[in-house]
Amino acid sequence: MPGPSGLRVVLAEDSVLLRDGLTGLLARFGHEVVAAVGDSGALRDAVAGLAPDVVVTDVRMPPGFQDEGLRAAINLRRAHPRLPILVLSQYVETRYATELLDAGDGTHVGYLLKDRIGHVTEFVDALRRVVDGGTVVDPEVVRQLLRRRRDPLARLTPREREVLALVAEGRSNLAIAAELTVTEASVAKHIRSILHKLGLPPDDETHRRVLAVLTFLRC
Amino acid sequence: MWFPGSWRAALYLLANGVAGLLALLVSLLLFAVGGVLAVAVVGLPLLAALALIGLPAATLERRLQRLVSDRPLPHGHREPPGPGLAPWLRTRYTEGATWRELGFAALLMTVLWPLDLLAVTLAVTVPAALLATPVLFDGEQVNVLKAYPVTTWPQAFLTAVAGLLVLLACAYGLRVVAGAQAALTRLILAPGGEHQQVVELTRSRVRLVDAFEAERARIERDLHDGAQQRLVALSMMLGLARLDAPPGPLGDQLSRAHEEADRVLVELRELIRGIQPPVLTDFGLAAAVADLAGRCHVPVDVDFPVAGRFPRAVESAGYFVVAEALANLAKHAGADRGTIIGRYAAGILTVEVADDGCGGAAIGAGTGLIGLADRVSVVGGRLSLSSPAGGPTRVTMEIPCQALPDSA
Repeated sequence: MPGPSGLRVVLAEDSVLLRDGLTGLLARFGHEVVAAVGDSGALRDAVAGLAPDVVVTDVRMPPGFQDEGLRAAINLRRAHPRLPILVLSQYVETRYATELLDAGDGTHVGYLLKDRIGHVTEFVDALRRVVDGGTVVDPEVVRQLLRRRRDPLARLTPREREVLALVAEGRSNLAIAAELTVTEASVAKHIRSILHKLGLPPDDETHRRVLAVLTFLRC
Repeated sequence: MWFPGSWRAALYLLANGVAGLLALLVSLLLFAVGGVLAVAVVGLPLLAALALIGLPAATLERRLQRLVSDRPLPHGHREPPGPGLAPWLRTRYTEGATWRELGFAALLMTVLWPLDLLAVTLAVTVPAALLATPVLFDGEQVNVLKAYPVTTWPQAFLTAVAGLLVLLACAYGLRVVAGAQAALTRLILAPGGEHQQVVELTRSRVRLVDAFEAERARIERDLHDGAQQRLVALSMMLGLARLDAPPGPLGDQLSRAHEEADRVLVELRELIRGIQPPVLTDFGLAAAVADLAGRCHVPVDVDFPVAGRFPRAVESAGYFVVAEALANLAKHAGADRGTIIGRYAAGILTVEVADDGCGGAAIGAGTGLIGLADRVSVVGGRLSLSSPAGGPTRVTMEIPCQALPDSA
């Protein structure tokens, strides 16, 4: 039984092997998979019936084995804007992450490569961050994004771009400071500068961070 | 070339006229004898042989065609399955070519042969009569062509000059008539199968490409649903094992194994993208092209406002053309900027990849474009490359296709 901080998870994944593995992995960290389903229809029903804390879904599922899982996630976001969703994917292509983050306000959402599941603690942390209202994008996808030519970001310094990439991965200021071996204050300064350069309105800090990430993803 | 051509045309018409007349005589003979003997059954084969009158007539015609046309006229007959008369007859009676040739022979011996002979006769006699007027003129009167009385020397010489003009006109007219008849017989005799074969060949190529596409999709799915999922599960098990492993050599080995599994996952992902890019399947050509441009080491501007989806083979051909063009751009062109322009208008999908590099690329020169040109041509499109020395290089693909109805 999950403890007080344990999450109730609905898991949609058509591979039985991964479904069982993920269920075991989450249980080990005190989270409970309340429903493990194999297609997008069952996912919808499970969310409607069980009101989980978070949904973890694969992109590719029956019946069509295309992007049904992603479509289902997008529809769920539209129906329940506050429902945390973590999409697991085999695809680095940024288009998938962009579609997902565009559906809704970009909070409570994550797009991770399945490779990340093996980095167990990272994966569980990402899940927690999504539940807490954050935005998580797989580092590999972020790297992919960084290689693009992107006009709105052209005004950022290389250092600011580095910081923004880490923000997009869902890192906290503290974690970014550790990664770049700078002080937390200078990270905050960089982020302020980024938000200013991207012309984001100075309201709620978290929300602006998400908007910065969205800008980053859409360019 | 003027007169030899006319001589050959005259010879063609004359030979055809004679052949038609002969065919008519032989047919009448066979018909009469066969009809009489039909009562005694012996006549029936003779009547049946009538159907084969086209064979010699067409064989001669194919020879004669060489006089007036430099395109060979294939006979379109099948090889009999074995030696002997029976297989030969069975084959001949059951193929279209025989009956087309009979039709030709029928036309030749009823309509064409008198026309041919008439044309040749007129073309020879009229100018000859006009030209001969001064020779035949005795100072009194000569009736040219038995219709037109000439009574003075100037008239006679004028007539001869007119004869020269008429000769030229007739020479030209003969060629026109022969050309027209050659075209007509070609129309009748040319194996309709020729066109059908091309169509069938195209169809079979399309089937092959479709099969190839389906096979690629299958391989991609097997890798994705099989190997990739198992590797993820393996990576997950190793990750969990590392949590439990005490620090020490065992933990280090587990870490190494885990890193290796991750590397294999990355490689497999790249492999799968090479086989069948998921973004192409899920989001279509424009998105997949944008993704390719994002991966290119050279900055590439994309202008591809095409939201619709197209048949799989079309999208796939387009994708791999762009992929190959970008690979060449990054490798050989020495370019520092590329552009991709995509348009869909009037039922034609056009994709152009250009760079500002040094040019001098050739489709055959190991660019990999030659195979793509084949692929594009199978779906009915064209691939062209313009790459003057000094650049810019421009690869253009045009495919006529219908956007799928369910696409935006």
